[in-house]
Amino acid sequence: MTATIEASEAPVTAAVSTPTSLDALESESIFVFREVAAEFERPVILFSGGKDSIVMLHLARKAFAPAPVPFTLLHVDTGHNFPEVLAYRDSVVETLGLRLEVAEVEDYLADGRLRERADGTRNQLQTIPLLDAINTHRFDAVFGGGRRDEERARAKERIFSLRDEFGQWDPRNQRPELWSLYNGRHRPGEHVRVFPLSNWTELDIWNYIEREEIALPSIYYAHERDVFERDGMLLAVGPYSQPRAGETVSQRLVRYRTVGDMSCTGAVASAATTAADVVVEVAASEITERGATRADDRASEAAMEDRKREGYF
Amino acid sequence: MSTLLRLATAGSVDDGKSTLVGRLLHDCKAILADQIAHVQRVSATRGGGDFDFALLTDGLRAEREQGITIDVAYRYFATDKRSFILADCPGHVQYTRNTVTGASTADVVIILVDARHGVLEQTRRHLAVAGLLRVPHVVLAVNKIDLVGYDESVYRGISKEVSQLADQLGIADVQAIPVSALVGDNVVERSSATGWYDGPTLLEFLESASGRSDASGQPLRFPVQYVIRPQTDNEYRDYRGYTGTVASGTVSVGDQVIVLPAGRRTSVAGIDRAVISSTSTAVAERPSAVAGEAVTVRLADDLDVARGSVIVSADSSPGTRRELSATVCWLSDRPLSVGARLLIKHTTTTAQAIVTKIGGVLDLDTLGVIDATGLDLNDIGKVQLKIAAPLAADPYSSNNITGSFLLIDAHDGWTLAAGMIDDEEGELL
Repeated sequence: MTATIEASEAPVTAAVSTPTSLDALESESIFVFREVAAEFERPVILFSGGKDSIVMLHLARKAFAPAPVPFTLLHVDTGHNFPEVLAYRDSVVETLGLRLEVAEVEDYLADGRLRERADGTRNQLQTIPLLDAINTHRFDAVFGGGRRDEERARAKERIFSLRDEFGQWDPRNQRPELWSLYNGRHRPGEHVRVFPLSNWTELDIWNYIEREEIALPSIYYAHERDVFERDGMLLAVGPYSQPRAGETVSQRLVRYRTVGDMSCTGAVASAATTAADVVVEVAASEITERGATRADDRASEAAMEDRKREGYF
Repeated sequence: MSTLLRLATAGSVDDGKSTLVGRLLHDCKAILADQIAHVQRVSATRGGGDFDFALLTDGLRAEREQGITIDVAYRYFATDKRSFILADCPGHVQYTRNTVTGASTADVVIILVDARHGVLEQTRRHLAVAGLLRVPHVVLAVNKIDLVGYDESVYRGISKEVSQLADQLGIADVQAIPVSALVGDNVVERSSATGWYDGPTLLEFLESASGRSDASGQPLRFPVQYVIRPQTDNEYRDYRGYTGTVASGTVSVGDQVIVLPAGRRTSVAGIDRAVISSTSTAVAERPSAVAGEAVTVRLADDLDVARGSVIVSADSSPGTRRELSATVCWLSDRPLSVGARLLIKHTTTTAQAIVTKIGGVLDLDTLGVIDATGLDLNDIGKVQLKIAAPLAADPYSSNNITGSFLLIDAHDGWTLAAGMIDDEEGELL
């Protein structure tokens, strides 16, 4: 037997994710999709055109192949989208013959049911259109792409997470979730949020995108863009976000780690043009994806928990 | 060796669990700069001054306000050797159900004991839970060893007491490690202050621990989740596949199998995996699949197979039963009494059940079973159930998927209990 390095002396690197652990994660997610298809009447996948929802759709297709995905898609549209992401969404829906419902934040602003926030960002305005769409279509299971590694409140989330008739999450009183026996029972008016990617990390997602050759909207890879710096983030110059006095615009080579409301989603400087390049970058990253790119999560110590309690994704 | 290890932490309030988890993540470089900045900012705001590792994991407002962990927090980290999923479970007795949640899927449970206080009732309860759930490895982290002056006799005394308890509870493997989560002794870095200890550090142990015993060598159990019938206008017009995840054993094309509960014999005609591209959705055949893999199975004969059916190997069928004796962790504050009508969820079957007998409750002081007429929150007890549908069940000791079940309140859907089917001898634990 050859000598082995003592673990305590071995260099500890940020992360590895091997085919074996990806296979285990894939099987776990597929199991969840099949449980929901069997036990619920009207499931829906929240599909934003972001990488997590794209991976979710890919896994759902695998779960039911060669049959089509037995779920509707729902997009809550802030009106502040990256055009590349909307184009991607529409092309996927058309190519695969899926059914897409869109809940428009703009409609709520137009008739006064919602008002613009002082900072002009709209991620937080999505909650009411989302809950209304769930009620209108009587969706009973709502797949979200949330991952527990993303954020402190999400780390506490069950895979099957009950929402009351107001769409609220009660984090202090969650059902025990044992083995792989997911309990989706709910009363009329309640629904269950289901998170098939709970145990995936950002690095797993990118390794999987590379392995499965999953196409993404172009903004996930390096491209030239006019950006300005605000709160340590690179924001795109666009119809929803303009530099303020003192903020200078420059053209930089950037990519996005998350996609959301264009006005508060930051880009990161990057030369990564393929999923394999991104894997290398993510493994070496010193900042979490939300810390790097989401102004709305920086609002307070428990910003995400507060939004989730009200029914946010 | 599996490269993914699932671990769970347990201990009493103030044993320093969250600090240990924070230390493990920090020393494995799994905490990123913005998370550290966040903790520093909040630690300073709280007036604590020092870096409070617990703030890395206690994510809920109420947890931070009370300084306790309420619900399981899942954390992800990796070293060169393997990836880890860590379930950081609460210590407070009120939240034991969350510890059961975290431990049910764990390969390793880390039970913390405060070196100054020794074994407490919660230690016994958590050991009992680990034994009952048959978690393969238990680590006893004797924490705050710095606060007892790195005294070897304190470590020895606690280890000995826990070994005796573990023997009584049928836990085969307990590794006791003297640690200080706050200082970092023997978590990732070996401590120079515990020269008398020559065992592994916590991370060394975790990197080399085996996962749940490989279930691929056991008899085939394949609970059917969902039937795929595309009825599309292409080559799959007449396709009929049974989806599921192999619970144990290996399934191969040509295998002789029995479909329970009907008991019909047939053979495996094909095993399919999905092959999809951005434009097409198809399947490809594979020769076999092993425990843990999500696949689609086709059978040679046109039988009545639906969700709730279990495909098993023809030469070792568990048969079916409508009566079970089992050990349950009661997870609800509504007490259980004989005659209660509940739902049982077992693999992919949900059926009505009646509690016909309560055979006793585990006494944590003696680890013996004492008579009881009901079960209360956090009790570990023995029950008998009569079930409205036949279940293809195994003892939990031989199969943790076909041997486990939930009891559910039919009215509001709440999960009331985690159940483990007894061996034929029917012994508790």
